Amino acid sequence: MKGFLNKQAPYIFIAPTLILLTLFSIVPILVALVISFSDMDLGGLANFDSISFIGFDNYIEVLKDPVFLKAILNTLFYVVIGVPLVILFSLAIALLINLGTSRIFKVFRVVYYLPSVTNIVAVAVVWSYLYNPALGLFNYLLNSVGLPDVPWLTEPTVAKLSLILLALWKAIGLNMIIFIAALQGVPKSYYEAAELDGANTWQQVTRITIPMLRFAIFFVSVTTMIGWLQFFEEPFVMTQGGPLDGTLSVALFIYQNGFKFNNFGYAAAGSFVLFVSIIVITLVQLRLQKNESDMT
Amino acid sequence: MHTTTAGKKRSARERESGKTFQWMSGGLLTIGALFFLLPFFWMILSSFKPEGEILQIPPTFWPKRFTMDNFAYLFENMNFGVYLKNTLIIVLFSFVGLLLNAIAGFGFAKYDFKGRNALFVLVLATMMIPSQVTMIPVYLILNSLGLTNTMTGIVLPGLVGAFAIFLFRQFMSTIPTELMEATRLDGASEYRIFLQIVLPISKPILAVQAILTFIAGWNSFLWPLIIANDESLYTLSVGLSLLKGQYAAKFGLQMAGATFMVAPVIVLFTYFQKHIIENFSISGMK
Repeated sequence: MKGFLNKQAPYIFIAPTLILLTLFSIVPILVALVISFSDMDLGGLANFDSISFIGFDNYIEVLKDPVFLKAILNTLFYVVIGVPLVILFSLAIALLINLGTSRIFKVFRVVYYLPSVTNIVAVAVVWSYLYNPALGLFNYLLNSVGLPDVPWLTEPTVAKLSLILLALWKAIGLNMIIFIAALQGVPKSYYEAAELDGANTWQQVTRITIPMLRFAIFFVSVTTMIGWLQFFEEPFVMTQGGPLDGTLSVALFIYQNGFKFNNFGYAAAGSFVLFVSIIVITLVQLRLQKNESDMT
Repeated sequence: MHTTTAGKKRSARERESGKTFQWMSGGLLTIGALFFLLPFFWMILSSFKPEGEILQIPPTFWPKRFTMDNFAYLFENMNFGVYLKNTLIIVLFSFVGLLLNAIAGFGFAKYDFKGRNALFVLVLATMMIPSQVTMIPVYLILNSLGLTNTMTGIVLPGLVGAFAIFLFRQFMSTIPTELMEATRLDGASEYRIFLQIVLPISKPILAVQAILTFIAGWNSFLWPLIIANDESLYTLSVGLSLLKGQYAAKFGLQMAGATFMVAPVIVLFTYFQKHIIENFSISGMK
């Protein structure tokens, strides 16, 4: 018995995790696919016999649903504005921190990373207070320099931008750390050679650092893009998708249809539309990256 | 002779411009850092203000009168004690998950068994599945197992994670095989090798993962929200979002709840930041 247990040790080591991952990641994909073709709702939860399969109806309906289309547009808005800003700011901050020679620059790493480890609900609670129209600090600060109030969370477009600002604040830290790690991998001799040739700091950054960081920039843009296509927690806690569905994202649409209206089949169809879009967009990015590296 | 003085002059001027650059980038980063820290300062300071002072216009930056009333209210009139207990239970369970990840990482790193590569690819593939797709089926699965509204149901879906398994595997493949071989010759079982050789060597990555696991468990929000119907199973984050809805105008109270959630993480993170950030640099780019 002992010998048997010892022989099977590797399988016993990986079994618990594999069972859990299968049960909560692999099987759910299949379940989601099946129920996306059914009319499963709260009644179906109690009695499986009441579920009937309705083919592609859910997919056709969700793609015609004006709320879903609005959620797609909102999500694209988040991605198109948010992703470049995340890359730009985290890269700029990483460069500045990396070029710094004093010890104080190590402190900045911690400060900029701090929002990334902070609880999203707490963040939402604090920012809702900062954004508050009457008592919020932001409007007070604007007023005190003579600027008018901003309808932070009450006007659809401004509300989207407000959520992006908050998500930006939370997302920069992690990506900045990735860039700093990549920056430390650039060989010092390159800079020394450039210096001998009389290149200044700006030339060194644009001609050596940025090209050397190409893989890191690509990695950050793919992961950030995937993350922002699933933008969920910020609108969920702060605005519930309002005002007038102005901040509703695709992920939040899926959650609301699933757990608020209990239309499980409909929500599953929506989630597959999101899943396929993420895969397609990522593949396009991979292809673009490949073409680019072929050219150079 | 002429060229050397020119060279000296240039390097002196360069050092001068380098210094200006250092001050400028330091200044820029400081301004950014103030903006980054502002929400934290505002949260902590406001949590000590009495409700009356919160409503004052213009607002006070530093509380005129420090009060602990907001914090007391959380525990006396709301169930923050219960939420805290539940959150700590989840943290405790997630450490069990951490151990499972470590064991699996070890299995993938140090053994050559049939189907290893295929199974490892399967593990990595789970990282790419968006949580929105699995959210509803996982709820249905837990429901059919009778685990909704139970602590087990809250804990199970997030217990193990592909990324942690991957990091453990990366680290543990650097452990010399000879070391394991020698212990094996002494008659130790594979389980003893894991407990007495591998775990002690893996201390650095275990420490970092433990901190990250604590933070993730402490912050867990979505599964408790979906699975728990009873307030007796709520975590701190679910309780805090409840507080935001129920006491919409009581910002002092809200800030106290937020401070209570965030302060332990800030302290823990600041204390261990060097290890976390450096681990990230090593594991992330290799």
